[in-house]
Amino acid sequence: MSLLDHDSAGAASAQQQPRRKNTMRFLRTAPLPVVFWLLLSGHYEPLLLALGALSVAVVCWLTRRAGLDHRSVTFAFALRLPRYFLWLSGSVLVSTFAVARKVWSPRPDLRPVVEPIPTPHLQELSQVVYANSITLTPGTLSLDVEANHIEVHSLERSGVDELRKGLMLRRVRQTEAQR
Amino acid sequence: MSVLEVLSGALLIAGALAVLTGGVGMLRFPDFYTRIHAAGITDSAGAGLILLGLLLRVDTWNTAVRLLIILLFLALTSPTATHILAHAARRDGVPMWRKGDPRR
Repeated sequence: MSLLDHDSAGAASAQQQPRRKNTMRFLRTAPLPVVFWLLLSGHYEPLLLALGALSVAVVCWLTRRAGLDHRSVTFAFALRLPRYFLWLSGSVLVSTFAVARKVWSPRPDLRPVVEPIPTPHLQELSQVVYANSITLTPGTLSLDVEANHIEVHSLERSGVDELRKGLMLRRVRQTEAQR
Repeated sequence: MSVLEVLSGALLIAGALAVLTGGVGMLRFPDFYTRIHAAGITDSAGAGLILLGLLLRVDTWNTAVRLLIILLFLALTSPTATHILAHAARRDGVPMWRKGDPRR
């Protein structure tokens, strides 16, 4: 049973909340898609602005329906993210090279393993970042995200061992928002 | 040719090679899970290198901003989609290939 398989209980409870709170939530969710849409579109005719407003409304509704509207990324976290991305791109390139060698070798030596990687006391957002980073790095793939570990499929044992050493986990923790 | 153009060309070629490697891996690797690893090369290294290569030859800043946004969104969406696929396969009991098994 993974976290993914739970029905979002939050969506059901959100419906019973008073209208005022819903408006507040809408105001907190809306600015990001609005800025994003304006940035990408660059057209300010009435028709396109109306379409933009409509799509922002749909996005807000979907966010609420998925029970995601109470999650937000703090500013400090967003500032620390580029540094993490740089480090991650480096390790993606290194492991791409390793997997590419397997692809082109005449007889690829694959010994796939599936093992749990412990992620004790990790915030939800950091867990998403960690699981996605594992998947983004070729050679390792997150199969299942549980409360305190992530099930990882790897092309060979060394991939899992590398994660066990916890270098990536430490980076994720550094990036994690301190509250 | 300026230094930037050469650098951008090198990045584009490296990206194209990564995409090709992903495709070849998809054909050569033995089962669903290992093929996902090969596809991962295409959408992390391949797409990333190509976008970086394009970023070095933009004319206006708003093209650059859009390329950066595409890069960010690819970095968020492609691992999520990959994870969902792998998770669904595992939940449905797609068997895992071990060394010595025949190809599937």
